[in-house]
Amino acid sequence: MKLRDLSDLAVRNLREAILRNSLTTVGVAVGVASLVAMVSLGVGLQLLASQRLTKSGLFDAVFVTSRRDFRGPGGAAPRRNAGQQSGQAAQSENAKPLDEDARAALAKLPDVNEVYPQVRFLTEVHFGGNTYTTNVLGLPQSSRGSGAFDGMTGAYFSSPMVNEAILQVEFAKDLSPNPKELVGKDMVLRYGERKAASAEEIANEKDIDKQMDEMLTGGVTIVPREKKLRIAGIIESDPSAGVGGFGGGRVFLPLGTAEQLHPAQPSDVQELVRGSGKQSYTALTVKVKSPKDVLKVEAAIKKMGFTAFSLLDAAQGLRLVFRVFDIFLALFGSLALAVASLGIINTLVMAILERRREIGVFKALGATDSDVKRLFFAEAGAMGLFGGVLGVALGWFIGQALNWGTTIYLRRQELPGVNISSVPWWLALLAILFSVLVSLAAGLYPAARAAQLNPVEALRYE
Amino acid sequence: MPRALLDEARGFYFGAEIQAVKDTSLLKRITIVLTFMADQAKLIQAENVSRQYVLGETAIRAVNDVSLAVQAGEFLALLGSSGSGKSTLLSMLAGLDRPTSGAIHVSGQNLAELDSVELARYRRETVGMVFQSFNLLPRMTLEENVELPLRLAEVERDERNGRVTDALERVGLGARRRHRPSELSGGEQQRGALARALVNRPTILFADEPTGNLDSVNGEHILKLLKEIQGSMGMTIVMVTHERPLAERFANRMVVLSDGRVVSDGVLA
Repeated sequence: MKLRDLSDLAVRNLREAILRNSLTTVGVAVGVASLVAMVSLGVGLQLLASQRLTKSGLFDAVFVTSRRDFRGPGGAAPRRNAGQQSGQAAQSENAKPLDEDARAALAKLPDVNEVYPQVRFLTEVHFGGNTYTTNVLGLPQSSRGSGAFDGMTGAYFSSPMVNEAILQVEFAKDLSPNPKELVGKDMVLRYGERKAASAEEIANEKDIDKQMDEMLTGGVTIVPREKKLRIAGIIESDPSAGVGGFGGGRVFLPLGTAEQLHPAQPSDVQELVRGSGKQSYTALTVKVKSPKDVLKVEAAIKKMGFTAFSLLDAAQGLRLVFRVFDIFLALFGSLALAVASLGIINTLVMAILERRREIGVFKALGATDSDVKRLFFAEAGAMGLFGGVLGVALGWFIGQALNWGTTIYLRRQELPGVNISSVPWWLALLAILFSVLVSLAAGLYPAARAAQLNPVEALRYE
Repeated sequence: MPRALLDEARGFYFGAEIQAVKDTSLLKRITIVLTFMADQAKLIQAENVSRQYVLGETAIRAVNDVSLAVQAGEFLALLGSSGSGKSTLLSMLAGLDRPTSGAIHVSGQNLAELDSVELARYRRETVGMVFQSFNLLPRMTLEENVELPLRLAEVERDERNGRVTDALERVGLGARRRHRPSELSGGEQQRGALARALVNRPTILFADEPTGNLDSVNGEHILKLLKEIQGSMGMTIVMVTHERPLAERFANRMVVLSDGRVVSDGVLA
């Protein structure tokens, strides 16, 4: 029998016992829905975690430090005593500094989007006649996509070099009991500017006391400065939290603006002690185009003579955890489908009893055993297909309900809503395919039994 | 007829290199060919057919060593009391059941040697069947019932409608094609079943008590139809019945069975 005729007959047979077949199909649908809802939860949570981690910038970033500064996990501190002549100490002394040249070289590496330093300094903020001491942190332009600014009061920096500041809400509360009113107002930042004089400038210095000071400090001086900034926005979370000691900022400036201020930083003290007089960075963050490029870039940076590390290994471990979680959820969800498959077997076995005579007529008219088997298979497959489609829709609705409920709960906690359930196209397709396969497997026994019926006995059956 | 002579004749007829045939005289050759042609006219040939059922520890021979030949175009009535084995014999001739022993040759092929797929093809292409209880599928309309053998034979959809219409008009049910079996009278249902049996243009029509569930008027009408089909289509009909008067009126030949054996075989006038 041709496939189209077979399908016609199967659908017609299903329609005839509409109530029973519908109930069986609904059973399959509930099984598939449970599977889809479970797996969509796993996929959604994984997606959420992945998005959050990607937005955090930790998985597309390589953190670079100079070998002479780096104290890696379990690593010994570089020893700087004059008497130490070990190879390691010598290597540490000769290691490349993380300065402007190094920053430019890193930026030229393939697949690198952006290289930025950590600009963090202590400051005094003057606002409304009061003075507040706090930390300032420069934020690169890429931080905009980190998710920390979603739902912020006000707006992100209007340009990378603008004289604007974003305040962390706790600090904003120190400035005003109603932080929202601060947006658009001006505040004054007091900080120490690092000023480095060249040897020629020192030599030409007319004031002998100043000249002596500059000579003693290697030409590095710290000058108090003030900068007027407009408050552009207020954020709830900390966009700078993460690896490399970026946390703790309460006032955020565009990185370009922060760098232009030349603020004195802890690394300056280190350079002052070393007496190089040349500015260097404690650490640089290298943003790569995609997380898949991280290992490649990391290797290239190490080759350049710097210490580099990323969190990709941790991410891979996390992926494994989610895979196991998905498998567990899928197995749990499949239980309902397994129960539903028993319903299919029951329905089809009942159908064989009811349609015994019909099977006999089919065979008398020339149907082969295979035709009869295929007809029952088609009916089981059709129930699986309809149940699968209905189940995916039902599973999607359950997922949406979960998202809706979670969002309502989070909003009540004054947190932004999230989607914890996601039904990607491949999950829908796999669920339908799985449903059809399980249904066909359930149809195996009834179909074989129907095909083996003796036509004479079947025709005699009342 | 001796089997060896028949094999010789087959070889001769199909030009096989059989030394024995080549060496024979012209008269003998003619005799051999005529013998073979007469044998070919025997559309169905049952040779020592038995069918045994085992019920618990008892073996029941429903058909016991029956040999029977049916000529092409013949209308044969199988008569006998209940349990005489006539329906069992019909089932075996129709390829629905297999003999426990013996051979059934139809158009030269031994049904006992066919596998289930070949036997299904035989039922689909060579045979049409009519049952006592009509056996129309209640969930289908009349035309869908009649179309069913065409679906099984994988006849193209375009061709099906014309053949269904022809078959239904032949039995006078052209106007009732969209009705379900439950909306038809017994006589109409049997005529519908007859249309379904004819739609694949079979060589042999097997009818198992076709009038058993009908009143005398409708029974006679069905047999008239069968007779007409036999005449117009040159079809061979084998009918099981227990109504001797009807058999005597419409069949060409009457075979009576009792306890699984042929007790009489006679040509009717």
